Amino acid sequence: MTAPILELKGVNKSFGPIDVLFDINLKIKAGEVLCLLGDNGAGKSTLIRLLSGVHQPSSGQILMDGAAVSFPSPRAASEQGIATVHQFGGTFPLMSIGRSFFVGVEPTKGWGPFKRYDRKTANEIAVKAVQDFGITRIDDGDRLVGGLSGGERQSLAIARAVHFGARVLILDEPTAALGVKQATHVLRIVNEAKRRGLAVVFITHQVMHAMAVGDHFAVLIRGAVAADFGKGEKTREEITDLMAGGASMANLEAEIEAQAQ
Amino acid sequence: MTNRTTAGQLARRPEAGSFMGLLAVYVFFAAMGGANFIGAPGLSSFLNMTSEVGIIALAIGLLMIAGQLDLSVGSTVPASSLTVSLLAVDFGVPDVLAILGGLGVGLAIGFVNGVLVSRTRIPSLIITIGTMFGTMGLTLGVTVLIHGSTGVFLVPEDATKAVFGQLVGNMFQVSILWWGLFVGATWWLLHASPLGNWIFALGGDKDSARNAGIPTVWLTIGLYMFSGFTAAFVGVLQVMTFNAAQVAAGQTFIFNSIMCVVIGGVLLTGGAGSVAGIVIGTLTFCIVNQGIFFSGLDPNYGSIIIGALLLIAVMTNDKFRAMALALAAGRKR
Repeated sequence: MTAPILELKGVNKSFGPIDVLFDINLKIKAGEVLCLLGDNGAGKSTLIRLLSGVHQPSSGQILMDGAAVSFPSPRAASEQGIATVHQFGGTFPLMSIGRSFFVGVEPTKGWGPFKRYDRKTANEIAVKAVQDFGITRIDDGDRLVGGLSGGERQSLAIARAVHFGARVLILDEPTAALGVKQATHVLRIVNEAKRRGLAVVFITHQVMHAMAVGDHFAVLIRGAVAADFGKGEKTREEITDLMAGGASMANLEAEIEAQAQ
Repeated sequence: MTNRTTAGQLARRPEAGSFMGLLAVYVFFAAMGGANFIGAPGLSSFLNMTSEVGIIALAIGLLMIAGQLDLSVGSTVPASSLTVSLLAVDFGVPDVLAILGGLGVGLAIGFVNGVLVSRTRIPSLIITIGTMFGTMGLTLGVTVLIHGSTGVFLVPEDATKAVFGQLVGNMFQVSILWWGLFVGATWWLLHASPLGNWIFALGGDKDSARNAGIPTVWLTIGLYMFSGFTAAFVGVLQVMTFNAAQVAAGQTFIFNSIMCVVIGGVLLTGGAGSVAGIVIGTLTFCIVNQGIFFSGLDPNYGSIIIGALLLIAVMTNDKFRAMALALAAGRKR
């Protein structure tokens, strides 16, 4: 494979006296889906925030295309092509699809102080971008985002990120709040993003979803990368065990069995 | 893809409920109050009130759409009008400069509010109650210190009186025209300029808005400064209209402005609302408030109508918002 788009080298993060991430080393490559697995509190969210510029590492390096970079703000990260989509799509339920799509980068017409929001252009571009991802049910940019299903909202957010030139797509638990059918929808879109050559970081604790789209897996336990492996190297049970803390889960099972006898 | 607006869509606009409420309220008081209410006396009485509370309600509406509240306007109004009159009367400053001073006080209070709200995690309700009391105390203290009493009388210059305080046809305050200007400017800001999109986004989801690159801190500070400015502007209008400034004036603006905005369909939790709605809400509120005096009903019962109106308005607005969302979800062809 080519050089990774994004690489973490020996990254540590602590908030005051509390250490949250230890010595994280990860590579995120174009056209690949990296699944970040881990239990609640394992440090997944902090890791995402480092990548998306909300926090900065306490020590260690973030490399982009092989060169050291720093993201002092979310805006800086997104200007470098790193887009983060949160669980609920990061969209605004009571805004129209067109307005929501262009938040922060509104197209305008007119000149000087009389520049005004160009609703027609915004709606057309937004609808086209979403339909290109296979969501054909969205055909009117004036509709409110709140009227879309959870999967459609995620898709809208992903389409938005891709439209604005994202190279790295960070998906924070995109399927956690969705039903089975909706989740499949989102996974298909993740696949489409990968096919277009984006690097995808897919955060989840649903192993099934991870295995469906993942090329590479990293399991976080208490702030450290406990396992780092490629597609097909581990079974579903092994991954689940790892996430739940491996040995402790096996011990629990043994205890329960002992009690039952 | 053509954007034809059908009657059905129009009826599902969030303002539709408030507009029907406005019509109902007007018809009711027109029937009760007769020619007096329909004619110039009634018209001027509720339009005069609308113009003052309406200017502040526009800014409060923007803040509420952005997910914040501002109660400090209640003491910004007298702080501004006393600054103007103390500067003009006790220091002999020309009216124009005195007015700029009053507006500056409003901008400063707004700046403090904005900084506190965006830099702390304290709810804006509490912060602006704090700044409201702070401003009130400061205004009282300084006024007594300089002027020796809690009220100041002022004789405005002809030009400033004409621009800010004249009565047209002996009944209509010139502030009504100012209100119209503010409505136009706020409409442009919220619905035409890209900035309006940022305000909706900020109220819809603050974190997502920040992640989308919107300068949320500056936007919040800016909105509070606009709110302080409108309150100060109303202070200027009052002192120029009534030729006097009182420390205690202005407390009614706190709840009145919020009620106008809520009746107009702005979502208390932020993210939704419109200038048309705020205008409708303000007119409705003021018609009830003033109409009661023309109706022959006991004015003491006016508050009951206003209370009921508020609750009905919120319920119907929710209903219309749900319909708007259903319209978005449905239409399966």
